[in-house]
Amino acid sequence: MEQLPKWVDLVIVPLVGLILAFFLSMLMVLVTGHDPMEALSLMISGALGSTYGWGYTLYYATNFIFTGLAVAVAFHASLFNIGGEGQAALGGLGVALICLFIPWPHWSIALLAAIAFAGLFGAMWALIPAYLQAKRGSHIVITTIMFNFIAASLLNYVIVNKLRPSGSMDPATGKFPEVTHLPSLGDILNAVGIPFSKGTPANVTLIVALLACVFVYYLIWRTRLGYQLRAFGKSQPAAVYAGISPIKITIVTMMISGALAGLMAINNVMGEAERLILGSVEGAGFIGIAVALMGRSHPVGILFSALLFGALYQGGAELGLWTSIPRELVIVIQALVILFTGALDNMVRLMVAKVLLRPKKAEA
Amino acid sequence: MSTAPAIELKGISKSFGPVQANKDISISVMPGTIHGIIGENGAGKSTLMSILYGFYKADKGEVYISGKKTMIPDSQAAIAAGIGMVFQHFKLVENFTVLENVILGAEDGAMLAPSLRKARKELTALAAEYELNVDPDALIEDIGVGMQQRVEILKALYRRADILILDEPTGVLTPAEADQLFRILHRLKEEGKTIILITHKLREIMEATDTVSVMRRGEMTATVKTSETSPEHLAELMVGRKVLLRVDKEPATPGEKVLEVENLRVVDAAGVERVKGISLEVRAGEILGIAGVAGNGQSELLEVLGGIENGTGTIRVNGQELDLTGKFSDARSRRKRGIAHVPEDRQREGLIMDFKAWENTAFGYDDDDAYQAGLLMDNAAIREDAQGKIERFDVRPANAELEAKSFSGGNQQKIVLAREIERDPDLLLIGQPTRGVDIGAIEFIHQQIVALRDKGKAILLVSVELEEILSLADRVAVIFDGQLMGERLPSETDEKELGLMMAGMTGETT
Amino acid sequence: MDYLTIIQIFDSALRLATPLLFACLAGLFSERAGIFDIGLEGKMLIAAFFSAATAYSTGSVWMGLLAGVGASLALSAIHGLASITFRGNQLISGVAINFLASGLTVLIGLSWFNLGGQTPSLNGAARFQSIELPFAETLSAVPIFGPLYSEVLSGHTFLVYVALLCVPLTWYVLYRTRFGLRLRAVGENPAAVDTAGISVVALRYAAVAICGVLCGLAGAYLATGLGASFVKEMTAGRGFIALAALIFAKWRPWYALYATLLFGLLEAISNRYPSLDLGVVTLPSQFMQALPYILTVVILAGFVGKAVPPRAGGEPYVKER
Repeated sequence: MEQLPKWVDLVIVPLVGLILAFFLSMLMVLVTGHDPMEALSLMISGALGSTYGWGYTLYYATNFIFTGLAVAVAFHASLFNIGGEGQAALGGLGVALICLFIPWPHWSIALLAAIAFAGLFGAMWALIPAYLQAKRGSHIVITTIMFNFIAASLLNYVIVNKLRPSGSMDPATGKFPEVTHLPSLGDILNAVGIPFSKGTPANVTLIVALLACVFVYYLIWRTRLGYQLRAFGKSQPAAVYAGISPIKITIVTMMISGALAGLMAINNVMGEAERLILGSVEGAGFIGIAVALMGRSHPVGILFSALLFGALYQGGAELGLWTSIPRELVIVIQALVILFTGALDNMVRLMVAKVLLRPKKAEA
Repeated sequence: MSTAPAIELKGISKSFGPVQANKDISISVMPGTIHGIIGENGAGKSTLMSILYGFYKADKGEVYISGKKTMIPDSQAAIAAGIGMVFQHFKLVENFTVLENVILGAEDGAMLAPSLRKARKELTALAAEYELNVDPDALIEDIGVGMQQRVEILKALYRRADILILDEPTGVLTPAEADQLFRILHRLKEEGKTIILITHKLREIMEATDTVSVMRRGEMTATVKTSETSPEHLAELMVGRKVLLRVDKEPATPGEKVLEVENLRVVDAAGVERVKGISLEVRAGEILGIAGVAGNGQSELLEVLGGIENGTGTIRVNGQELDLTGKFSDARSRRKRGIAHVPEDRQREGLIMDFKAWENTAFGYDDDDAYQAGLLMDNAAIREDAQGKIERFDVRPANAELEAKSFSGGNQQKIVLAREIERDPDLLLIGQPTRGVDIGAIEFIHQQIVALRDKGKAILLVSVELEEILSLADRVAVIFDGQLMGERLPSETDEKELGLMMAGMTGETT
Repeated sequence: MDYLTIIQIFDSALRLATPLLFACLAGLFSERAGIFDIGLEGKMLIAAFFSAATAYSTGSVWMGLLAGVGASLALSAIHGLASITFRGNQLISGVAINFLASGLTVLIGLSWFNLGGQTPSLNGAARFQSIELPFAETLSAVPIFGPLYSEVLSGHTFLVYVALLCVPLTWYVLYRTRFGLRLRAVGENPAAVDTAGISVVALRYAAVAICGVLCGLAGAYLATGLGASFVKEMTAGRGFIALAALIFAKWRPWYALYATLLFGLLEAISNRYPSLDLGVVTLPSQFMQALPYILTVVILAGFVGKAVPPRAGGEPYVKER
């Protein structure tokens, strides 16, 4: 295959994949008897047409930034962490425990503690698969999948049997104390004079997510750990030759990845629900895979693709509300994005190469 | 008399991306002969034969088998045309039996049992005819490489191949095993089979072939009768000019002991003992060369010294003992003790092919204080350092922003050498320094190694190229089956004696 | 716990093991040929939907079966395209397929039946009926053995027996036929197959197609045999349990049967006893649900007999240079 310029590979190929995914999804909309243009415009206006829509879009995007970064960090070390779902669920448990049982003086301190605990719980849930991969060679994809299910059962047990307030039928913990409630994006923006809807779940966690992007950028490209992690990802024998311990790198990378996934909980558990509800991750761990693939594992790319998926989720919810097209349309789009920017990446690249390289040959 | 050639290739060309592996190659081989194809690594020999076997498709050119134009789009067509090939890396299913490997793809029907019965009978017959005894029920992973090669030959014969291609068949064999292989090949020739032997070893060409073609950089430079040529002439055709195989160097002036190894043992992941109690020493200002057939423990020896594998025994550097297990037995700890390592396989170990050249010049030394800027790495410092190394070691193109994979083999090796030598190590471990390196760079690399020695450093050189060992080393030790067979001075030995030692026979007893 | 309860649990275990067994054997064919498949779940789900939807619309369970298998095969084709033709990442392809099925079944289901993603209930010829094995009636009186035969073995739907027959059939194909030899070889060392003049691509597509058919049967059984309609996300992780069973069985057919029966039994027990009182400890139902996954992790970790996957598994075949 001809070599494509790097920027084409990084920007054009995923964009073409995205367009393909949208085209096929809209085709499905047409086949199921709806008007694709109407659906599309409703999705766009629902997600981006008002500060209310933006609030939800940004809320979802915050989740996806965390899970996308989690997948990306592992990708750089050639590890496929498919366990973001479970790690985020455990992060939620960590957040719930410190919010429910420790009396905090102020939300900001509670937030710092929540960051620590969400990260710690997520990291610990990634530790066992990481250890088994590093020491026993157990395939990390399979073990992290298994750990998603084990996490679901564990949370089910802890929430339903231990943390549920007596008399409640909901599979959820009680409300967190008032003091742990995080300021919403509306509160913050209104305070500095920017009008923004107050009724949305977007909250201060968005800033934490942006900081996480910066952190990951520096981690991967500017620190020794990042250097070693990328070297290990490209060639394990070379890493050993250079004195990089595969065991250490695998475990540290997966723990960072798990911690990032766990951090999502400050957004959805502490920021939005203000209690821990069973199944609150709602697939965000898996969307992280699409986000990381689409964003080419770079924090900037991830930021944009998380925004895109955030808008998709909000737009999809609006769709489900106002039309008979179910919000599951978004899952189809998401599946096709994963397919075209991940598994069929080579096909898309070949298509782009054919279009881009042919005219040049004709000239020569 | 006009017999048609068994094989005739006309105008074969093949490119892999920008690399042209074969340029307009034509060749013809008469039936019942052994035809050699000789050339350096990367000259395009294997590519040409893989095209004949249908493993690759040629971009251009025609193939004639016994005078008939034949299309070979895949291996199936090649097999149908009576061609068999023994690849350099065997194509066997490790957890299958010999019998299952032999019938794979040549089964007689949808059910296995009749095919297995028939193959068992036929294998016995073939074994008797060509001295090709193997246990049909043994698993491939349980038998040695020599045996595995026999299975490959049997696979071809079972498919009624009249033309047999062997790609570097002696690379993994001892001289004795190689001799037996050549006896088998002669036997096959007597039976009327046509054999094509790909090798880069002149000796094999002179001993075994009837005719020989020489390839250089993707082109066929000559085809001659073996009886009408000489090794010197072939060598000249191979490299395109007279080669200076001897390196100009002063006699060594050995100083203090730098490396002392006592009773070193290495057991691999499969539980096989690869190094069986080796003791040696290297002094400052000398080069100790380790000669041996690949796979006799020299790689493991280097890897233990370099901190890549674990072993048992004693290793001292400058009189201080090294850890062989645990936290401080890794490669980084070795570097801190003044050991630099140019690994045997630079693409797999020595470089990160997707990293830029400047990132590679810090590889293994990323903890150097000069490369740190607080919590972050000082990329500007690394880049500047890299540019200097590139200029001093004449790396071309002199662009530190290119990825390692876009350099030629020789220039990749120069990047590794620059990184390791400029650390001013007390001991340099260097494996296969010129494997896959173009002639021009070989001289440069040899000069750098000798210059380091002249600075009073100790060097342990491992190479499977005897000529390289003889021209570089001040002392030569021969390794066989994980043990050292003895030591010689290059001035007092020759390839014949070393060859015997490499086959496990000590010089004294023969 | 009396004998009748045990019999009932065994009976239920066999039913619950059937979709797992189909899916496990499906994964076995694919992974033995070197193609990892974490998309078993998605293929089952889409087959469940199309078999139920078609069976309802046509009134024939057989048409439903055909449609289910067809839908599963279509997803297999995508997996083949991604992992064989375009040498993409097989795991990522599997993830995409799971989502695709999860989204498509609701999207299409809603516009087809307008029942919130479900299909209407199936009855009569649109469902598989249970089959009484010969002499079930007469033998039921025999103590111990009688109920075992008449209750546990007899009285299942057609597909249960097909699944059981698939086990020896798979074993035979794998170890006694030319196709099986080549299939196992391509999962271990595709270069050996290629140089022997056999098409790696064709073999792998064949394996992926068989995987599709078996996943189709698994899904069809879920919706038209075990259940009586399609329900949103009705596979509920069974594809992953099947994957776990495959590892548990170390990619061998007979062990696949034992592993899926074990996991079916665990599910049957946890269905019957939400919390299992063992006297010393009471196991919560959540523990029973997690047990297959925990057991698989233990096996993967190699603490109890290491599971070694086919050597070329997950790697796209690229001719070496």
